[in-house]
Amino acid sequence: MSLIMLSSPHAHGGDSIRMIMLTVILALVPAAGMSVYLFGWMAVLLIVTCMLTALMTEAICLKWMGRPVSTLLDNSAALTGLFLALTLPAATPWWMAVLGSVFAIVLGKQLYGGLGYNIFNPALSARVILLISFPLNMTTWIMPMSASMGSIEPVINLYDFTTCATLFFAGPGALQLGLDAISMASPLGYIKTEATLGVPVAEALDAYGYSYLDAFLGFEAGSTGETSALALLIGGIFLLARHSITWHIPFSYIVTVLLLAGLFNALNPDQFATPMFHLFAGGLILCAFFMATDPVSSPVTPLGQVVFGVGCGVITWSIRTWGGYPEGAMFAVLLMNCAVPLIDHYFRPRVYGHKRRNES
Amino acid sequence: MPAMVRKLAQRLGMLQHSFVGGVHPNMHKLTADVAIEECDIAPVHVLPMKQHIGEICSPLVAVGDLVLRGQKIARSEGYLSVPVHAPTSGRVVKIEEHTIPHPSGMGLPSIFIESDGDDKSDESIAPISDWINTDPTQLRERARKCGLAGLGGAVFPTFIKLVQDKRFPIETVILNGIECEPYLTNDHRLMLEHAEEILEGMAIIMHMVGADSGIIAVEDNKQNAADSMQQALDARSDMDGVVVHVLPTRYPQGSEKQLIYTLTGREVPAGKLPMHIGVLSQNIGTTKALFDAVMLGKPLTERTVTVSGDALAKPSNLLVRLGTPVRSLFARQGLDDFSGIQIVHGGPMMGERLKNPDFPVVKSSTGLLAMSLQAMKAAHTVEQPCIRCGHCSEACPISLVPNLLADQCRSDQFEKAAQYDLFDCIECGACSYVCPSNIPLVHYFRYGKGQLALQRREDSFAEASRKRSETRDARIEREKAEKAARRSQVRKTHAPKTDEAKAETDAETKTGGEAGVADSKATESKD
Repeated sequence: MSLIMLSSPHAHGGDSIRMIMLTVILALVPAAGMSVYLFGWMAVLLIVTCMLTALMTEAICLKWMGRPVSTLLDNSAALTGLFLALTLPAATPWWMAVLGSVFAIVLGKQLYGGLGYNIFNPALSARVILLISFPLNMTTWIMPMSASMGSIEPVINLYDFTTCATLFFAGPGALQLGLDAISMASPLGYIKTEATLGVPVAEALDAYGYSYLDAFLGFEAGSTGETSALALLIGGIFLLARHSITWHIPFSYIVTVLLLAGLFNALNPDQFATPMFHLFAGGLILCAFFMATDPVSSPVTPLGQVVFGVGCGVITWSIRTWGGYPEGAMFAVLLMNCAVPLIDHYFRPRVYGHKRRNES
Repeated sequence: MPAMVRKLAQRLGMLQHSFVGGVHPNMHKLTADVAIEECDIAPVHVLPMKQHIGEICSPLVAVGDLVLRGQKIARSEGYLSVPVHAPTSGRVVKIEEHTIPHPSGMGLPSIFIESDGDDKSDESIAPISDWINTDPTQLRERARKCGLAGLGGAVFPTFIKLVQDKRFPIETVILNGIECEPYLTNDHRLMLEHAEEILEGMAIIMHMVGADSGIIAVEDNKQNAADSMQQALDARSDMDGVVVHVLPTRYPQGSEKQLIYTLTGREVPAGKLPMHIGVLSQNIGTTKALFDAVMLGKPLTERTVTVSGDALAKPSNLLVRLGTPVRSLFARQGLDDFSGIQIVHGGPMMGERLKNPDFPVVKSSTGLLAMSLQAMKAAHTVEQPCIRCGHCSEACPISLVPNLLADQCRSDQFEKAAQYDLFDCIECGACSYVCPSNIPLVHYFRYGKGQLALQRREDSFAEASRKRSETRDARIEREKAEKAARRSQVRKTHAPKTDEAKAETDAETKTGGEAGVADSKATESKD
């Protein structure tokens, strides 16, 4: 048995890709658990389908490319599948989930050369492909199972396996339902539509039955894993504590959104939603802690990460406020992904003993 | 604490300065409580002709010569060099190439001395006990003559640093007792057992460079060493400007530039030396050796070595004569069978891995480690793709971006890597240590540095020969022109011709020239 490399150092800290990915999966457990609580078997079916498809696709790709299939054990494909599931609406049909997972692995990752070489976050790029291909399905939010939704009663019981399996595999038609019968608007989508009619934000939210507490806990319409700010924050803090991520990206991202929203809300509260609304709405916290911090597609230097986070924040808020889509977090992350090589180049830290960065 | 907050606090004076990055490896200081043992004299010593950074020495002795301990057996050639001395009395048995502790397994001309068992010393170098009234240049000559080189592992000739330069007065002398490499404990033991001598050595250094203040830096994993130094300091009345600093343990704190920043808040500018910011740092072992050289008149013929490693039953700190075969040291500590054992010369973070223990102890031998294959495999497994987690940037004590540098080195973009400050890398290994993908980053940097140095040398060589050939062409042109000028001058003075006649001769020379070219072409094609 000979050693691969004989050059120092001869000691290693023991960190591995596998553990890093596993840590992120563990950090997503609260959010995944919350999604199961809110969306019942729909969430379970979606998560299982996405993760299995991602793993199988990865295995096939590795086999084709002549790489060891044991690479699968690095947990990165499983994580991509889980990520994708959590960004999809709970009513996504099975074939769309499968298609998305295949997109994520093949187009999002392996075509670039596999783990470490992709420019974009694989799960988010697949999510965007699905959104553009199936805009209706990707913006149809089923009502979560919860008592605090007030007057609106869920039409179907999401805790019933048969109902969910039918909905998942055969579509709402098999339940003699239209898609809109079981769906509702997300708060972001609702105020966007109302704003075009000239309704002030506060009034629109009143009409919607919006409450900050519900939004914080997750009792609102949205993608399976993004609704509960609380569950995501628990996971995010776990990641920070385990040193899997640093504070730079989530902090700068969220603070930027809060500052922008606060400034404009102060100028015109009728037209612009409050910072707290933006914080709990849509995929901001999911993206800030989990998507934007994806190591492969984010900058490596601390200052670069802050720049990246600020960029994400500006784009997210701008799309939400002025863009055509109600939610902009995933576009923001993907757009900033493109800028990473540039950011890495221009925001390198000052090297010991040098006055300034080497301009080149 | 976030780096930005820490930096702000440092600037406001709320927090002590501290170098960035770093790692906390498992220290494995197995021999911290093992007193230094004096090793028996080996039957044969092997003295390589270069045990320092700089120019190689040339032997002063011939086969068959009898030598005494401390006798100079090899002379330094050039400025950046120190001589080699016989470690014991005996006979020169051969002078030939022998393996040195170098990862390539390369050898160097070495002098083999067979011990006569008497260990008689050469008394020709007299002690300078009244060093305080001795001219610093004389002391400096003593350091050179006694073969002193940095015993922390870098083996830079010590005398070069011990200089008074009016342009760069030294304000602070730093005694580096950090010893941040895992396993190594010989400086630790020296501080415990020889605090007075080390302090005296430090006083000599301060006298030599004209410094008033000094800092003895020790990490908090050897508090007893700090206490020992403090005690010795308290017993002296002439070293008021010296303080003991205990620093939180972190690798690579002992790296000169990092330590200087931590202690003074000043950075050594790129391409400059610590003396340029008024600082001199010296290793514990070297300071002790300086004491021996000045106060006892003893050239550098021995050093302390930590013999340790996870595969060694009896790790220890040994006082070893230079040139002692390493195999015999391991045997002394109960290790004879080297199958499945990896030998590391130095510490695990920066030391060289060697194929076998058939090399001698040299001036740079801080540690000799016998590691199990298992322990080594943790660091040397199959490289996986970089996931850009940025842990390497966080760990880098000089704020490089190792993963980008490694990419550039791997794709042979060496100039680009140089722009990203490749040559500032101190090869501490912190980046490789934290890399979850087991990428041998430092190895790529060494490769990149080597390739770039080679490339630049070739470029400058090509540039020089291009210039040479240009100058030659220019000279030939000039000579031709001069000749032509002379010729026309001669014609003008001796045979003034009409314009017609002149045109004729011009035409003649032209055709002649062309014919000549045609001729040479013909010969070429024939060939």
